[in-house]
Amino acid sequence: MKPTDISAPDYFHKVVDCQWACPAHTPVPEYIRLIAEGRYSDAYMINWKSNVFPGILGRTCDRPCEPACRRGRVEETPVAICRLKRVAADFKDDVKHRMPKPVAKNGKRIALVGGGPASLAVARDLAPLGYHCTVFDADPKAGGMMRSQIPKFRLPDTVIDEETDYILNLGVEFKGGHRIDSLKKLLDENYDAIFVGSGAPRGRELDIPGRKEVSANIHIGIEWLASVSFGHVEKIGRRVIVLGGGNTAMDCCRTARRLGGEDVKVIVRSGFEEMKASPWEKEDALHEDIPILNFMVPVAFKHVSGKLIGVTFQKVKAEYDANGRRNLVPSGEPDQTIPCDDVLVAVGQENAFPWIERDCGIDFDKWNMPQVDAKTFVSTNPKVFFGGDAAFGPKNIIWAVAHGHDAALSIHKMISGEDITERPLPEVHVSSQKMGIHEWSYDNDISGDKRYKVPHRDKVIALKDIRTEVELGYDVKLALGEAQRCLNCDVQTVFSAPACIECDACVDICPMDCITFTENGEEEDLRQRLKAPSPHHDQALYVAEGLKTGRVMVKDEDVCLHCGLCAERCPTGAWDMQKYLIDMTYAGSTCQTKARSAA
Amino acid sequence: MTYIAKPKFHHPGLPKNDLGYTHRDYEGKISTLCAGCGHDSITASIIEACYELSIEPHRVAKISGIGCSSKTPDYFLGNSHGFNSVHGRMPSVLTGANLANRDLIYLGVSGDGDSASIGFGQFAHSIRRGVNMTYIVENNGVYGLTKGQFSATADRGSKSKKGVMNTDNAIDLVAIALQLGASFVARSFSGDKNQLVPLIAAAIRHKGASFIDVISPCIAFNNHAGSTKSFDYVREHNDAVNRLDVLTGRDPITVDYAPGTVQVVEQHDGTRLALRKIDADYDANDRLAAMTFLQKHAAKGQVVTGLLYVDPDSEDLHTHLDTVETPLNTLEAKDLCPGTSALEKINASLR
Repeated sequence: MKPTDISAPDYFHKVVDCQWACPAHTPVPEYIRLIAEGRYSDAYMINWKSNVFPGILGRTCDRPCEPACRRGRVEETPVAICRLKRVAADFKDDVKHRMPKPVAKNGKRIALVGGGPASLAVARDLAPLGYHCTVFDADPKAGGMMRSQIPKFRLPDTVIDEETDYILNLGVEFKGGHRIDSLKKLLDENYDAIFVGSGAPRGRELDIPGRKEVSANIHIGIEWLASVSFGHVEKIGRRVIVLGGGNTAMDCCRTARRLGGEDVKVIVRSGFEEMKASPWEKEDALHEDIPILNFMVPVAFKHVSGKLIGVTFQKVKAEYDANGRRNLVPSGEPDQTIPCDDVLVAVGQENAFPWIERDCGIDFDKWNMPQVDAKTFVSTNPKVFFGGDAAFGPKNIIWAVAHGHDAALSIHKMISGEDITERPLPEVHVSSQKMGIHEWSYDNDISGDKRYKVPHRDKVIALKDIRTEVELGYDVKLALGEAQRCLNCDVQTVFSAPACIECDACVDICPMDCITFTENGEEEDLRQRLKAPSPHHDQALYVAEGLKTGRVMVKDEDVCLHCGLCAERCPTGAWDMQKYLIDMTYAGSTCQTKARSAA
Repeated sequence: MTYIAKPKFHHPGLPKNDLGYTHRDYEGKISTLCAGCGHDSITASIIEACYELSIEPHRVAKISGIGCSSKTPDYFLGNSHGFNSVHGRMPSVLTGANLANRDLIYLGVSGDGDSASIGFGQFAHSIRRGVNMTYIVENNGVYGLTKGQFSATADRGSKSKKGVMNTDNAIDLVAIALQLGASFVARSFSGDKNQLVPLIAAAIRHKGASFIDVISPCIAFNNHAGSTKSFDYVREHNDAVNRLDVLTGRDPITVDYAPGTVQVVEQHDGTRLALRKIDADYDANDRLAAMTFLQKHAAKGQVVTGLLYVDPDSEDLHTHLDTVETPLNTLEAKDLCPGTSALEKINASLR
């Protein structure tokens, strides 16, 4: 193998699995350490910079970081990264004075369609650069789906207000209650750029017999949630069936439980395990006495004299073909009709762009989706950008934020007359954490604690009021315990071959048997000769050459605890623990020259 | 030294031995020796050998004297019996323990000061008597605990860290062990675990006095130019005569060696030692030739390593003394005091 080039920004970034997996590349270990130190405001600001909505995401994020967390490969459960983010938001001091100050306008005007996370992220990046950003939303307040679709018992309005205000206070103009119904008209207003972050606002229909006859008792999930959110709907029948297995279905069933639904069931086509809903959301639903029935396909809404009486289901089972593809085939059991008073249909969301005229220079593909560049987020009209669910279909908030950052960079470059396809590399800082002979600036003593549970409000109380938040969040003590579980994967093991005397001290001490000194070879061959098995080939091998014996040092990054014992036991300082921080490239940071610090 | 405890987590894919233990289960406390000490590599090798042999930790007694080396039993086999004895007295304590209970595996860990100076006589007699044990000397050529004075195994002409030349002749413990009749004699290097681990495993399985001299560089006081016990010097002058594979079980020898290049030695307990010859003329069953070979190469400044001598028909002290097989602590009163009729029989035989 060729020696590893650790100066490539991506090499160490990949070792920080959580940060690499986060679409917005939030520096997770860095903020978790700050939480452990009680520096909640600092932890919050780090989050605010990269993911814009720490308080909101700390309650609702889909957590792509947690399945990636190295701790999950070392013991049963990953660090509760998401809920630690909430800790930063819950315990911070007033951070208003730390927000960017409004600056003099640069005369350029940006229109942002939709007031959800994608548009707000764009505004957050562009407003401090002097752009005049105008956000249009049909709803009276900013937040988009975060406000309309996520139930208040998961995400209180106060949190949304606070975090949308941080952005609007940067001098962003918000036009609530203003639905954009023609892109052409908007283009005629001569904005320098238009960003479309209008989400995926249409709930998918379920067109089966009986749908039209009893439409009064059949509701489309996201529309119904929005109506509940805005107080238009306050009640539902006693027996409710929720169709669908995604997170919207979980929000629907839990909301129904709070609006009078006593017998609420979720019924899904697939198996329980393959449901799209996050495991923790399923868990929360089950905890609120909502059974989830699986392998049942709805075939008809049953009704008698115009009144819904139930839903008929065909029973299916999963069969896998030669390619491993799953097919749901009838199991042969008789159909089952489950009685109910109301049905909530949460079987998916779609994009809808009736307001975009097809002759504004924006090409649509065969699925009627705008053609958007996956890197720059520009459409075929060079002044119109897309992001969030509007760009590539329904995902989640953190993806919308990531799209927003990238689109803002494109918009800034476009208006500055630069080539938007040129994406500057991120800035990387790597610095030794050595403080003394065996002292490091981070706590390298590995905690053996199991994942701490987030305290919940008592079920009886929680189910009474739809606006009472269920999760109470970690208190300071629990947060500290959970923060200590973080393995500090951003503190990298850096090896210097010329200093190494090949005494094997690092090999002997490494608790995870990560390090091997051996003859070089091809990667496949090397992986066979390591001190411990190497099952995860997506995890890099760190190879260094230049040793006196002609061997190479090979470190399997897979399950390294970053405990620093290799560096502590190294007599010559060939190993060092160096913190790796990456500054993602945002709009405005491209040509910036950093002032040299005095010291 | 490191202040934090070694994390309990281990690699999730770590293999387990016949007892269901991983090699981590054979560890002891975290080492308090200097970072990079060769002794820590020997510790790791002992752990590896015991893991590979699927030894039950409670069947091992580890006994040591005084010195850096004698501290190491604290760092391996944390669930075994241990005795940290007086300086240089490890061999006597071990001999006594062995006579009292032959069921345990005896691991004597000592250093060049402990065995070649203050305990030289003790060392000699335990070898001479053929005590069934594995005697490991962690040999760094200096007194590390008292800041690096030459020890008795430092080569004449080698230099101290300050640059002072050693004018005394060196004691070669391997040569002495051969001369005193040790039935298993080996030398190895802490920086070469591939060689050291099978040697320790074979020594543990050997019946009789097994002696291993392990050159173990002292990072703090004896790893400089002019030293003959430094990593660089030993790597440059290492003359390995053979490589060893220890075959327990009944598995056939499947490794394909050119004819005449492998010698198989079967030990008492059925363990087979497959010796891959590196030096074609070297015969590990010839004590006299081994002694000559050693002296010749030592004169050239070479460090001869490998399994230097093994006697497949070895005996031990218990055989010589015809002692009772039962450990003394499990002998019942009626065994120890067989009664008047037995006494009369003895008396009658003496009349």
